[in-house]
Amino acid sequence: MSRRQARPVAGSIAKARTGIEGLDEVTGGGLPQGRPTLVSGAAGCGKTLLALQFLVSGATRFGEPGVFMAFEETGRELTDNARSLGFDLARLERRKRLLIDHVRVERSEIDETGEYDLGGLFVRLGHAIDTLGAKRVVLDTIESLFSGFSNASILRAELRRLFRWLKDRGVTTVITGERGEGQLTRQGLEEYVSDCVILLDHRVDEQRSTRRLRIVKYRGTTHGTNEYPFLIDEDGISVMPITTLRLEHKVYRSRISTGVEALDGMLSGGYYRGTSVLLSGTAGTGKTSLASQFAASACGRGERCLFFAFEESAAQLQRNMRSIGIDFAPFVAKGLLRFQARRATMHGLEMHLATMLKAVREFEPQVVVVDPISIMLAAGDAREATLLAARLVDSLKSKGITSLYTSLTSVNGNEAQSDVGISSLADSWLLLRELEANGERNRGLYVLKSRGMPHSNQVREFLLTSRGIRLRDIYVGPEGVLAGSSRLTQEARERARALAARQEIESHARQLKRKRHSLDAQLEALRTEFALEEDELRRRIEDARVREGLHARDQAAMARRRGDGSALLRRADVRPSRGKASTRAGATA
Amino acid sequence: MTNGKAKRPRRGRSRSASGAAAARRARSDVWRLRLYVAEGSPRSRTALANLQRLCEEHLQGRYLIEVVDLRLNPRLARGDEIVAIPTLVRRLPPPIRKIVGDLSNVDRTLVGLQLRVES
Repeated sequence: MSRRQARPVAGSIAKARTGIEGLDEVTGGGLPQGRPTLVSGAAGCGKTLLALQFLVSGATRFGEPGVFMAFEETGRELTDNARSLGFDLARLERRKRLLIDHVRVERSEIDETGEYDLGGLFVRLGHAIDTLGAKRVVLDTIESLFSGFSNASILRAELRRLFRWLKDRGVTTVITGERGEGQLTRQGLEEYVSDCVILLDHRVDEQRSTRRLRIVKYRGTTHGTNEYPFLIDEDGISVMPITTLRLEHKVYRSRISTGVEALDGMLSGGYYRGTSVLLSGTAGTGKTSLASQFAASACGRGERCLFFAFEESAAQLQRNMRSIGIDFAPFVAKGLLRFQARRATMHGLEMHLATMLKAVREFEPQVVVVDPISIMLAAGDAREATLLAARLVDSLKSKGITSLYTSLTSVNGNEAQSDVGISSLADSWLLLRELEANGERNRGLYVLKSRGMPHSNQVREFLLTSRGIRLRDIYVGPEGVLAGSSRLTQEARERARALAARQEIESHARQLKRKRHSLDAQLEALRTEFALEEDELRRRIEDARVREGLHARDQAAMARRRGDGSALLRRADVRPSRGKASTRAGATA
Repeated sequence: MTNGKAKRPRRGRSRSASGAAAARRARSDVWRLRLYVAEGSPRSRTALANLQRLCEEHLQGRYLIEVVDLRLNPRLARGDEIVAIPTLVRRLPPPIRKIVGDLSNVDRTLVGLQLRVES
């Protein structure tokens, strides 16, 4: 998480980082450097492990060798136990980064007579510290001395002296103590260790166990006072610094597709990146499918998606989603998609939160799906579940992860009253509901709210097809919304009406075309007729003109014959055209 | 480290003056006692004085006391699991017994060393 928090603030006391996931954050940088810290808790709650991890990370990561003084387990037992958590103590011992000193105090072997002190312990510890140049010391569990020696007043005085001595030597010390009646440790060690006290707790509620950590006291430092859940797994301890709940998330303007185009449209472009989306609905309304589509679309863009499944196994989910055309296999193979399928009843709530946040930290997804978050109710009471949801939502938002939660609402319940109370945490809230009419059940979807964006107020029918999710408009008729076959009927009716209209238009168009054709034909006939008549008339005009020309010539010829006949005749005898003229004259005659 | 003198050796490397005789006795009924102390501590001095007096009284001629100063030999504290100072360890005869304190209570010391059965 944020490194800024882990760094000690200027002016505050120096801190020794524990290297334990989350603990450094909760303590504002680690344990008080050079001072003793008391870690108290009942048997089996992880005290030794915490102390050991503090030493190991000091030796391996922070260059601070450490001494582990074991009053209960032998060095070999400790080494064996630590190996299961991935710590190689033997190797660290060989490299002189760690020293385990098992202090065995056997009551049956020891008699006491007169005054004594714990000088031997001081000598051993001092020698060990000097040998390694140790900066860190663990005393686990020093209270065992009280069962080895009978003079408690000597022991108390000596422990007080020991803690002061350790402080003087400037080593950062972790002292573990077993939780006692009415006080933090059996012997009231908290009286002597006043710098930092951490309480570990391992509760079992209704057969579900939860580990919690609380900082009871930390002198000179502001620290989280909550109970923080922590878990112990193959990597050791990790504490969940469950959100500062400060509401200072980074805000994104970019959108992220819902995976369904029409739904993107309803939300004017998709969800905002880094926000939380709640998808609630009754059983079988398609919540998981819509969530899967969202996941698949994110992976399709090359983003990483972490899918928490609390109802189905990963394999089952993949098979089922294939039926609506969502194939997760390539995304899983490419490492873009990771499933974490658990029964909700497997852990307590905090444990769930812890494992989920751990997975998020490891996988670093851009998109997280929790299906369903409502099942968390099964793992705790409603108030706790709301808290958990808040922590989860805030934690993911602070990382800029877009998260989608499905929530199962009961059939009779009010949808707007989402059980987990997550609704106020959700930035976008989609509601899936059943539309039951005419003997069939259909799915409807609408946007209940979506902060900071214009969104559709329409109810859409939500279809799961073999090629994915489709959204359709819903017909609103006198009997309410129409979906499914009613909608299909309505659609058919509309189609028929449209067809009729289209046919009418086509028929008119054809008629018009025909008329134009016939008009054109008539025009053509008239034009042909006219052309014929024109030709005829022109011929007649020409004939008339020819006739007129001949007549004039005949008359001229006649006139010449009468006046200057001899000359004309002579000339006419010489010209070969005489015959023609005579022919015409003949025709005219 | 198994041998020591009845007087005040700093550490049990020096052999007993009686040499072979002592070694022979060591195999039979010699008590081997080791007292862990811290130099300069008054309690340590008291413990040694008390121990010597008690041995002279009850184990005359058949005991070896080895005094180990942990300030000088911090390494040795681990071997006998020493936590408190002063600590008297009865190494022989078996079983190993430990008595912590300045041995000021003679009766308790004798019981602790199993030189006297608790009544």
